[in-house]
Amino acid sequence: MSKWKSLTGAQAVAEAMRQINPDVVAAYPITPQTPIVEQFASFVANGIVDTEMIPVESEHSAMSCTVGASAAGARAMCATASQGLALMWEVVAAVPGLRLPIVMPIVNRALSAPINIHCDHSDSMGATTIGWIQIYSENAQEAYENTLLAIRLAEHKDVLLPVMVMQDGFIISHGVENVEIFDDDKVKEFVGERHPDRYLLDVDHPYTIGPLALPDYYFEIKRQQEEAMENALKVYLEVGDELSKISGHKYPYFEEYKTEDAEAIIVVLSSTAGTAKDAVDEMRAKGKKVGLIKPILFRPFPYKEMRKALEKFKVIGVLDRSMAFGAYAPLYSEIRNALFESSQKPKLQSYVYGLGGKDIFKSDIEKVFEELLSGNVNPEEQRYIRLRG
Amino acid sequence: MATLQEIMAKEPALASGHRMCAGCGIGSIVRTVLAASDKPVIVANATGCLEVVTTIYPYSAWKVPWIHLTFENAAAVASGIETAYRALRKRGKIGKEVNIVAFGGDGGTYDIGFQALSGALERGHKFLYVVYDNEGYMNTGNQRSGATPYGASTTTVPAGSKSFGKPQWRKNIVEIAAAHRIPYAATAANHNILDLYNKAKKAFAADGPSFIAALQPCTTNWKYDPALTMRYSKLAVDTNFWPLYEFDHGKLHINYKPKNRKPIEEFLKGQGRFKHLFKPENKHVIEHMQKMIDEEWERLLKLEESGAVL
Amino acid sequence: MSEKKGWKDLMRGSDLPPASSLEYKTGSWRTLRPIWDPEKCTHCMICVSYCPDMAIPVKVTEEGVKGFGGRVYKGTVRLETNFDYCKGCGICATECPTHAIKMVREEEAAKASK
Repeated sequence: MSKWKSLTGAQAVAEAMRQINPDVVAAYPITPQTPIVEQFASFVANGIVDTEMIPVESEHSAMSCTVGASAAGARAMCATASQGLALMWEVVAAVPGLRLPIVMPIVNRALSAPINIHCDHSDSMGATTIGWIQIYSENAQEAYENTLLAIRLAEHKDVLLPVMVMQDGFIISHGVENVEIFDDDKVKEFVGERHPDRYLLDVDHPYTIGPLALPDYYFEIKRQQEEAMENALKVYLEVGDELSKISGHKYPYFEEYKTEDAEAIIVVLSSTAGTAKDAVDEMRAKGKKVGLIKPILFRPFPYKEMRKALEKFKVIGVLDRSMAFGAYAPLYSEIRNALFESSQKPKLQSYVYGLGGKDIFKSDIEKVFEELLSGNVNPEEQRYIRLRG
Repeated sequence: MATLQEIMAKEPALASGHRMCAGCGIGSIVRTVLAASDKPVIVANATGCLEVVTTIYPYSAWKVPWIHLTFENAAAVASGIETAYRALRKRGKIGKEVNIVAFGGDGGTYDIGFQALSGALERGHKFLYVVYDNEGYMNTGNQRSGATPYGASTTTVPAGSKSFGKPQWRKNIVEIAAAHRIPYAATAANHNILDLYNKAKKAFAADGPSFIAALQPCTTNWKYDPALTMRYSKLAVDTNFWPLYEFDHGKLHINYKPKNRKPIEEFLKGQGRFKHLFKPENKHVIEHMQKMIDEEWERLLKLEESGAVL
Repeated sequence: MSEKKGWKDLMRGSDLPPASSLEYKTGSWRTLRPIWDPEKCTHCMICVSYCPDMAIPVKVTEEGVKGFGGRVYKGTVRLETNFDYCKGCGICATECPTHAIKMVREEEAAKASK
């Protein structure tokens, strides 16, 4: 029987970790991720899980310890945000090349400078090209479910890549929601155990992991990694189907909300999609034909499917909670990429909002829809929501 | 007490065919340390000479399970392996007992790896950290590290008309390690195989983290004839430049006290990195070096005599 | 050395099998070759332990071999240097206590051994 609990997003992810009961967790604090490892640490201290926790001395070591444990054969996890992700980036970049199935919850927080502890997506958007699978969660329920899905996706023999599971800092991580926690036994059965075909602690079958590769081999090894990313597109759906049997929820590449006859839609990630759905409902009630698409799987990016979903609309607004200074904002860029091959050409507008945790309201989104419906768009111009001055 | 015959009868954990410079001392250190383990060994290696020369794709010289991640985290990776070992043994998934060794150069230990080392020692993981100390970033061609000796010329702090090389004294990494209250920390030198072996044996038997700093002369960057690696290792010890000692549960024991310590010039001469010190204007550098070495030696003797526990 | 593999045939994730370096014969680096005289050898194991390339193999023998001064040495004894890997650094010759090893120019040694 599943249980309904009032949990913050951080606690929901800790619940997922409790049910996964990994062998090793490396913990280092950084706002707003800290409650995840705090909650999990109290599980450990009270014998609710028998995970070995390593209280490391920096995020760089957190990921390094997690890699050591994972290569040794353990199911290992760590969580981070913002500057922590930036600090461990050196190691994070190395993990996909080692093909280790590490799952890392990320609580999205702005990157310095200036230092800011609130939500935007600049941290995870700075790590899109290195080979981690990336999944974005709208709310605590999704963060919980995506973490469970991520373990199976990462450890699948055709994938064997690390996965980042995102949730918005403070908005979701510290906001309390009613979360349905599925039956412990059913989840345990779904998650299963890790069975690596090679691991360091299997001393009877020694091997070398992490050599130096010169120009004659490096490219080939990375091509292998790309193949695994391509496989992840398929495996993500397969694992999602399996999880659906327990949860009753669906795990598509992206969610389409009231898009069937929409004239204007917005594409938006994470918690803002939740706010936007309310805006869509209110506008629909006024007779405006609007809808939204919420990408969930960001890496690998499902270009074909996204193009098919988007090309029928007249006008599309893309809302980014990060900038790619000097270039199109990251989500906007992917949407442009997806539509390039299309013979139909929806009008596009890029919006940047919410950097450093600046709020976005239903009224802001309604203004965006009004602007899109009016046709006053310019695909080469980056517009800002709620920017003073 | 094992003899060299017994130690050499064991199959080396490193295979031939690696790309170490001719005359490099690291291979001997690795073979000796790993021979001292009576259990299977898992190795975590920092970026550096040892890692690069032994694993150029598709050739790996390692016969034991081996992992390299990046430059500064051999100690953190070893911590992760050690924790996984405890977790999986607790859950009944691993039957065999293992020893875990982290290898790093002085760059990856004194400098960039310092934090990870300190964290691992403080947390008390049961593993052995061996630094093969060749006194600089040698894989990248002799750049100054926290282990580079006073007066040495490196490419980042070279000797010139306005410089005599490194103006700072080297860090005392073994005392820093011992200050973490670990059960065993020691120096060792390339040429003294039995001493290194016995220390590795003590380290593997320690009930917590252990640390060995093994001096490893580097023919390519210290700039001397490759055949003289072990000679320079002996001279380093005989001049008290690199004393051999150990901290057993914080108590110091000096393993070798030369009856007549040789003057430091004996160690310096013939090494290209110290050639500039023999110019008359740099006489003061050698004098200062000798003074510091003698003071350091007196301090060690006093510490040993006092019986104080770190 | 074998032909280079394509990306589909590589072990996953840049992993490598143990001791694959044995395929790489570093003996070609040599300009000096150590010539070992077994009759002067005390099988002290100093050269074996110092060799950077593990290029001096040993065997354990109960009957022993004849060495220095005609004596028989039992237990671990050294064998001829493995010239597939010896880089000719000269450490063995420098450190041998009985001067049983001489470094000779590789071209001369190769000629002499024909």
